[in-house]
Amino acid sequence: MDFLLQPLTLVTFFPLLGVVVLLFIKEEQKNALRWTALVTSTLTFAVSLWVLTKFDAANPTLQLVARYDWITVAGWNIQYYLGVDGLSILLLLLTAFLTPLSILSTWTAVQERVRDFMMFFLLLEVGMSGVFLAQDLFLFYIFWEFTLVPMYFLIGIWGGPRRIYAAIKFFLYTMAGSILMLLAILWLGIYGGTFSVPDLVARGNIPAGVQMWLFIAFAAAFAIKVPMWPLHSWLPDAHVEAPTAGSVILAGVLLKMGTYGFLRFNIPLFPQAALEAAPWIALLATIGIIYGAAVSYAQPDVKKLVAFSSVSHLGFVMLGLFALNPEGVSGAILQMINHGLSTGALFLLVGMIYEQTHTREISVYGGLWKVTPVFGAIMLIISLSSMGLPGLNGFVGEFTILLGAFGSQAIGNSIYAVVSALGVIMAAIYILFMFQRMFLGPQGKVVEDAKQHGRGIRDLNWREIATMVPILIFVFWIGLYPKPFFDLMGPAVENLLGTLQTAAIAMR
Amino acid sequence: MTSSDLLTILPLTVLTGWACVLLLLDLFIPRARKGVTAFLAAAGVLVALALTLLQSGSELPGFGGMVVLDRFSTFVQALLLLSGLLGLALAYGYVKRMGLERGEYYTLLLFSLAGMMLMAQATDLIVIFLALELLSIPLYVLAAFARPKVESEEAGLKYFLLGAFSAGFMVYGIALVFGATGTTSLNGILAASSSSDAPVLLTIGAALILVGLGFKVAAVPFHMWTPDVYQGAPTPVTAFMAAGAKIAGFSALLRVFASAFPSIGDGMTDVLWALAALTMIAGNLIAISQTDIKRLLAYSSIAHAGYILMAFVPFGDAKVQAVSIAAGLFYLVSYAITNFGAWGVVIALERAEGRGLALEDYAGLARRSPALAACMTIFMLSLIGLPPTLGLVGKFYLFRAVIAGGFYWLAIIGVVTSLISAYYYLRVVVLMYMREGAPVRTSETLLDLTTASTAVVTVAVSLLPAPLFALASEAVVRLF
Repeated sequence: MDFLLQPLTLVTFFPLLGVVVLLFIKEEQKNALRWTALVTSTLTFAVSLWVLTKFDAANPTLQLVARYDWITVAGWNIQYYLGVDGLSILLLLLTAFLTPLSILSTWTAVQERVRDFMMFFLLLEVGMSGVFLAQDLFLFYIFWEFTLVPMYFLIGIWGGPRRIYAAIKFFLYTMAGSILMLLAILWLGIYGGTFSVPDLVARGNIPAGVQMWLFIAFAAAFAIKVPMWPLHSWLPDAHVEAPTAGSVILAGVLLKMGTYGFLRFNIPLFPQAALEAAPWIALLATIGIIYGAAVSYAQPDVKKLVAFSSVSHLGFVMLGLFALNPEGVSGAILQMINHGLSTGALFLLVGMIYEQTHTREISVYGGLWKVTPVFGAIMLIISLSSMGLPGLNGFVGEFTILLGAFGSQAIGNSIYAVVSALGVIMAAIYILFMFQRMFLGPQGKVVEDAKQHGRGIRDLNWREIATMVPILIFVFWIGLYPKPFFDLMGPAVENLLGTLQTAAIAMR
Repeated sequence: MTSSDLLTILPLTVLTGWACVLLLLDLFIPRARKGVTAFLAAAGVLVALALTLLQSGSELPGFGGMVVLDRFSTFVQALLLLSGLLGLALAYGYVKRMGLERGEYYTLLLFSLAGMMLMAQATDLIVIFLALELLSIPLYVLAAFARPKVESEEAGLKYFLLGAFSAGFMVYGIALVFGATGTTSLNGILAASSSSDAPVLLTIGAALILVGLGFKVAAVPFHMWTPDVYQGAPTPVTAFMAAGAKIAGFSALLRVFASAFPSIGDGMTDVLWALAALTMIAGNLIAISQTDIKRLLAYSSIAHAGYILMAFVPFGDAKVQAVSIAAGLFYLVSYAITNFGAWGVVIALERAEGRGLALEDYAGLARRSPALAACMTIFMLSLIGLPPTLGLVGKFYLFRAVIAGGFYWLAIIGVVTSLISAYYYLRVVVLMYMREGAPVRTSETLLDLTTASTAVVTVAVSLLPAPLFALASEAVVRLF
């Protein structure tokens, strides 16, 4: 019992309870299935808030640790080891926050095989929480690979017309990266005699020549997941074909697993390699920012536009992380949350209109705001948040990141920050251009058609508004008063960079 | 022959004796009720399993050092007997349904099983050869059991011809080793090879033995028979053959190479490296283009022989060879369990006249029988090596040994081919879950029980693998 009542164990595995309940509900009782999933994930969110109340922000180390021997025979030293610190607490909360909202968005969108859908969704939540909490490399790898399976089914069964292609592409791309990480994990396990990340970090001392290889092996897994340019080509396919809720989780949480991986493993485990690689990663991140923005602008499909904008936004996160100074890293962590909120919300909104019109062509829309004022207003706020308007969440993150990147010793050249700043302007262009074509101007073909058929396009209903309001609260909260969020991560970031400082001195 | 000699091979003796008795008993069982024979055979296997487990922990040489009872043999024999039970369970309904029900089926299976068990205990090349023939000959007959179906007859004949061919290699290898060392006992070879003045002869002999056993475990380039035989043989025979023959072949390889040939380790490492790499690459690449589930699983079985072969590569390196052989044993367990489960699903979908075996026939299975599709998904994930299944833990263990041995490129080939394999295993999952179709599924108590229990074990043991890890590593402690 002691094992199960650990807060972190509970928050990770609570959704399994819902999976078990779902098994006993008949397929025909669709609403019962939906309610079960919604209640389970909301309770999981409540548990995550309970974790937050027990979390001490001033403490830079791992907290609420659940640590048990798991496989400690035959020369193995694998532990069941969960812990949370300032680097991961926000991502855990984001996961628990977005899951019930995504489930709420499927209420009418998913009509086929509802039970399977909800089961995969809850299993996915287990995997994601586990990724953010695992402190043992073996355990981490299990959670990391496990997230692939439910997501693969979500895309492949409930996705769009090219869903099977997209699902397999998603699976193989991600797995291609993680198999190299597997070998690096095994090497570390043999070298350090343990798979525990804090122990390996404390032990340090990995020969400089090997560090770079291990760094690359881990980076292969994470860079594909982020995705960093030029490894991003699975993302548009997966996003466009995935059902709305799948896209929300994909953009909101799964991509963060990549950036989080850099933060949790690459930087502290291989500090010297991280310092050496920083300029190169900054270069790739900058290319990604500009490339993602430019390609977004050219998209005729609004979902693809949002998908490519993720490439651009995640470029900012990578740039901030590898600035390797407090501003850059905390900005990057906050931007992970921001991107989860704004892009998640964008996918939700796109899904809401798609459910009615069954098209995502930007050009057939137009003049939507007049027909659907609430939808238009929320879309505008989220769009502005996504492009980084001061006063909303996106600005705080991007500004801090650019500040960090500008003065970064590790990157060593402020040109990346300058070029990346152009990305902010480009984001304003592609997002406003999209908004203008869809919501302003004369009423487009879809709106006219709907009117002629006598049904018109309806505005958001209460369920849809209820899905968006929690996100909007955070959009304003982080935009206007980000201090509590920075406070949560501050000490842990300082601690992480302290490790790096020691390594930098050793390098000279 | 003393009583302690008999004690060393007690489970084997009981099983063989019971098989002979059963051959007679079967005459008195009416034609319509041959299922009784299956249960009698299973009872014999259970008794042998109980005796094996009772003997666990004891270390006894027997028959003047020709056989040995040790932890290694106990581990392998327990696994073999378990495979025998699963093989019987899969066959029980199938042979009835396909009109193949004859009492000899079960006795032949027992004889083959006895050969496999002897293989695990043999410490003399002659006994190994004897065991090889004892396990093979009943399998040749079983492969052709669905006569007059042409495919089955072809499978039997092909398996027989190539089996005889490989036995020839084996015998020639044994002769050369005898020529080089003057003995066929593994300990004797070890003692003689350190002072031998004919290392070339010894190396060639060892290589020929490797070829002979390579045929049995279906390593590339000695795999040509596998797809045809696996496809043509009755499906439960294929399942038994894929697991049992592989376990027996590998246990002989492990013992021969680890205890007799460490002195030529350096030279052999490169050969085994190439063999493992080639097997993984070819098996996985050819599997991509298969459209028949039996052929797909046949190539998958070849590919897995490659993974297990990786465990041999560090042999001769005293530091890691114990770990790597334990990893090989663990992988054999994980492969055997997953393999039986997957074949169980194939049997559930197979219909008369060989219908229901195309991959397309799996379309829509998730709608019709969600539980069966879920089981198949677990097996496919396990064969890829993804959590939460035994396959992942097995690969983790195996790759760790390979990396500890310093064979980074082999490890990279291993993981890259795993990635390739994900493509074709996922195709099965795609068909089951993402395409529409109307598969017809047979439901039989024993079959369903086998499939479900192997699926549960595949997941459960992957979450709590420590006891099995411990057993596997204890099994190899005294081997060197």
